[in-house]
Amino acid sequence: MNTAYWNRDKETLKGDGLEILQSKRLKWTVRQAAEVPFYRDLFRSAGIAPADIQSVRDIEKIPFTTKKDLQQGYPFGFLAVPMKKVVRIHTTSGTTGKPTVVGYTRRDLDNWSELIARNLTMVGLTDDDIFQNAVNYGLFTGGLGFHYGAEKVGMTVIPSATGNTRRQIEMIDDFGVTALHCTPSYAMHIAGVAEKEGTTLPSLKTGMFGAEPWSDNMRKILEEKLGVTAYDSYGMSEMYGPGAAFECQERDGLHIWHDMYYVEIIDPDTGEVLGPGERGELVVTPLVKEAMPLLRYRTGDITMLMEDECPCGRGAKLARFSGRCDDMLVIRGINVFPSQIEHVLRSIPEVGDEFLVYVDRVNHLDEMTIDIELKREYFSGELSDLTRVQNKVVAALREALNLRTRVKLVEPESLPRYEGKAKRVVDRRGDTV
Amino acid sequence: MDPSAYTIKQISVFSENKPGRLMAIAGALEEESINILAFSIAEANGFGVVRALVDKPDAAYKKLNAMGFMVSFTDVIAVRMRDQPGGLFEMAKLLSDAGINIEYSYAYSGRDAAVLILRVDQVENAVKAILFRGGNLMKSEDFMAIS
Repeated sequence: MNTAYWNRDKETLKGDGLEILQSKRLKWTVRQAAEVPFYRDLFRSAGIAPADIQSVRDIEKIPFTTKKDLQQGYPFGFLAVPMKKVVRIHTTSGTTGKPTVVGYTRRDLDNWSELIARNLTMVGLTDDDIFQNAVNYGLFTGGLGFHYGAEKVGMTVIPSATGNTRRQIEMIDDFGVTALHCTPSYAMHIAGVAEKEGTTLPSLKTGMFGAEPWSDNMRKILEEKLGVTAYDSYGMSEMYGPGAAFECQERDGLHIWHDMYYVEIIDPDTGEVLGPGERGELVVTPLVKEAMPLLRYRTGDITMLMEDECPCGRGAKLARFSGRCDDMLVIRGINVFPSQIEHVLRSIPEVGDEFLVYVDRVNHLDEMTIDIELKREYFSGELSDLTRVQNKVVAALREALNLRTRVKLVEPESLPRYEGKAKRVVDRRGDTV
Repeated sequence: MDPSAYTIKQISVFSENKPGRLMAIAGALEEESINILAFSIAEANGFGVVRALVDKPDAAYKKLNAMGFMVSFTDVIAVRMRDQPGGLFEMAKLLSDAGINIEYSYAYSGRDAAVLILRVDQVENAVKAILFRGGNLMKSEDFMAIS
């Protein structure tokens, strides 16, 4: 077993040493947050002053920050530094109204590269490796984030981005690529095309997959088809990007970089903080974010802190993510809330109020199918009128979600009716690979 | 000549494209002792419309609607053809000469003649043009059950 560390001191920090460092960084973060009008107001309405937060034990005094709060700060309301200090901007996909804008100072980019370097080293990669980064470059954080981290390690980086899969495969073979980073669904696609092209991609040994939920079953298939050991990566733009938590070679949970993020698990309904082994919503307080500090940010992602110490010697681990506590869906990398679908459907008079969203993985790509009912009074008896409504809904959804969806007309009153909280989504991606 | 006498009420039923739907519709009609005189299914992307001429259209509408189906009446016309080679050609030529555009059509071969059922965009004009050219249009009462 390879036990290399990029930053052994920080990665294996434990007990008092860790708490002292986290507390020191939390106090800095609170002061940094006080530069942001939103947080000044938040402190005032909660009746706290930055000086009230002396250690991580005081963190529960601070109210949560939500994605909605961030959106209301569009575009630069959450920046704690002058724009002069901001050297890069990324944004989220922004399907829920305004996108979330994330700014980075030079030091933020260094921190981010540092944690990517830790991840790559943790899974046994070194400057001897040739790394193909087959994710979207640009505003999506996966491209540049991994790119700079891999360069920091000294790996040979191929910024292949996405698309042109045959060319991707040709590069893997011709350049002797040893490590690949992409979404799990794109990895499946690469595996399928490689098979057709008659190559087993013999040089590949490490696969790092993230930005989408993927099952252990899918891990087995990817490892078999690509001949790699596959690792799970977690992150979000609000936490710099991917790589905030990452699997070590044990592949039993994702180490959260405890010197850079303070994590809590809460009951999403009550906000109560839960203990290790209890599943709930991940709440993150980044400890080193300079341009855009956040305090107790509710990620909406469901996980738990694992109880056992990891044989690799690093700190706390999060269990593999098991979904969202809100109903956000990630379809081909785009965030979709059922409320957005509802909004679109309600704007079309022919369509009834009930709907059901099915998410499947077809040929390794996410497919969203939405069952809708036509209102009786709009049924003319003509097939062409039905097709027109169907196409109208598809077009409206594409416009609003930036996604191609399938729309199925179903018989009136055939969709389930709910008295309480409606269950609008059936995610069947876990059923297949 | 009253064109409306030649306008026949077809029932059109929305159905998902899945096993058992036709059975449900046909079973309901049987329960009400409704006879189906002509019938077709048109299908699109995941759904279909079942079209039927029945002897008791109002009863069929009521029953299917009460069962939760979306049902509507569609005006069609029905024209007798010779049930011999060339019968459809004659009729198609007549429609072509009359400049009648067919939206959809289906046919059945009955005891006395073959019948072509037509959905056209301008029913009244089509009726007039077909009669003018000597076409043998059926009246709606020809389909009605004797009550």
